[in-house]
Amino acid sequence: MAGEAELRLRSQLSRLRSLPLLRGAKLSGELERLQKQLDRVVSEPSDEEIWRSVELARHPERPYTLDYVERLLDDWFELHGDHHHGDDAALVAGLGRFRGRTVVLVGNQKGRDVKERTRRNFGMAYPEGYGKAMRAMELAEHHGFPLLSLVDIPGAYPGVTAEQHGQGGAIARAQALMARLHVPVVTCVIGEGGSGGAIATALADRVLMQENAIYTVISPEGCAAILWRDAGEARKAAAAFKPDAAHCLELGVIDAIVPEPGPGAHTDHEAAAQLLGDALQESLELLDGVPGDELRRHRRVRFRTIGAVPATR
Amino acid sequence: MSERIDVSIEHKHAPPANGRPHPNTCPKCGSHYRDDELALHLNVCPHCGHHFPVHARDRIAQLTDEGSFVEEASDLRSDDPLGFFDLRPYAERLAEAELATGLGEAMVIGRGAIEEQPCQLAVMEFGFMGGSMGRVVGEKFARACEGAADRGVPLVSVTTTGGARMQEGILSLMQMPKTVCAVEDLRDAGGTLISVLAHPTTAGVLASFASLGDVLVAEPGALLSFTGPRVVQQTTREKLPDDFGLAESNYRHGHVDAIVPRPELRPTVARLLRLFADGR
Repeated sequence: MAGEAELRLRSQLSRLRSLPLLRGAKLSGELERLQKQLDRVVSEPSDEEIWRSVELARHPERPYTLDYVERLLDDWFELHGDHHHGDDAALVAGLGRFRGRTVVLVGNQKGRDVKERTRRNFGMAYPEGYGKAMRAMELAEHHGFPLLSLVDIPGAYPGVTAEQHGQGGAIARAQALMARLHVPVVTCVIGEGGSGGAIATALADRVLMQENAIYTVISPEGCAAILWRDAGEARKAAAAFKPDAAHCLELGVIDAIVPEPGPGAHTDHEAAAQLLGDALQESLELLDGVPGDELRRHRRVRFRTIGAVPATR
Repeated sequence: MSERIDVSIEHKHAPPANGRPHPNTCPKCGSHYRDDELALHLNVCPHCGHHFPVHARDRIAQLTDEGSFVEEASDLRSDDPLGFFDLRPYAERLAEAELATGLGEAMVIGRGAIEEQPCQLAVMEFGFMGGSMGRVVGEKFARACEGAADRGVPLVSVTTTGGARMQEGILSLMQMPKTVCAVEDLRDAGGTLISVLAHPTTAGVLASFASLGDVLVAEPGALLSFTGPRVVQQTTREKLPDDFGLAESNYRHGHVDAIVPRPELRPTVARLLRLFADGR
């Protein structure tokens, strides 16, 4: 998809963009220069390329949260249950050592085979899953551990019990908790970033996306079913709402794109983990030393200003 | 029920307009009303108690003291950040919604008073593209929170919405964390959010600011679910309970504080406003 030059420029740009927020410096001249270069390099991803992202984001061999945990975290200790009324296998949470420091990690988890897919509900969490994530976030806050979240969820689960257990409120409260944290929070969308289920764990200081991940307000099929009245028009829907990483970066929704090895992360889990680890570390280093109150304030400003509203007509 | 005598006579039911029942015909008991009759009863069926939808402006008139409401940010309009085109261009849908509702967007915000208690209001309009939340709705809600914090008054929100607006893509999803952050800022400033959930309040709005009120008040029969019954039924093939996702079911499962019939809504909100004001 995106060329090497483009990726380099984009990451430079996003790094510069995040600087004034954190350090109070002004770099607008440099920003403009880079943006112009980028504009020349980028040609809009075509509709086919966008659909390819959708397919790759859902690729059955794509590394899932625990594949990255295994390769990036030492001494992983998984936390189970919301300590209230259940344990949700669709969302994992735990403690581990990431490149020398203790972190808390939460992530959506899909299954590899039929049995595991069923057990993990195809990665779609119940309210109990968000409850577990919130428990892990509180633990991070209490002990001052940075929070990493990996997002890979087709969408919130459309089920009777999920509603009866208060799915809407759970997603709202998970976000509210993230907006209150005083610790650094870094999110990466590693596959499907689907709707409310994704945003429940994505209110972060730095939001990254893997090159072939998608981030959507509704699944392409859901959008097609509603607007085209035909779920089969998913390709058209995807082309219309542009869920690919390049567009998300352009819209200011994410801060950087994490490159994937070769034709996609599914071809080489080791290399994909290495690249993801480097990106997470770089983001954590950017946030190092920033006081908790300031982190929280900037996090809220970040979301307050995404997609600023057009001037009055 | 069975002992009731069927008195159905010709013309009891208004003739359906283009196959759909007339908006003034009660979907529950079939009674039909003139506009002024419905307005007199706050759009509640006097026969069976069914709550008809209420437009944003009427809702504000029902809730606030006469002449107290001053609208804010009414000049904000959505543009088309993605150049979105489904069966029709988004820009065309926006223009049509504005013509149909007389509103610039799916939310009206401003300051007002309810039984002399000053407050900030954020009221949604379902008639504007299904009350969907795009960037302007998110921005208006955030401004309502800021207004409430600046003036040191509670915010009363009334939601009726299908969720995030698909036509603004991922930017609509970003309105969820945006409104959540706005509520958290309001809370840090010592503010109060009273969230009134009207029919329907679903998806991205239910899963963001609407669920974060200090007090959650629902209207009878309102659908309050993240996913609607049709999609749940299609996906899971489960038999749904009759009251799936309704306010009554949410109340039973402990997700809302009270179900308040519309005639009692204004005095109830006023009572809450007094309680919060007296505690300061």
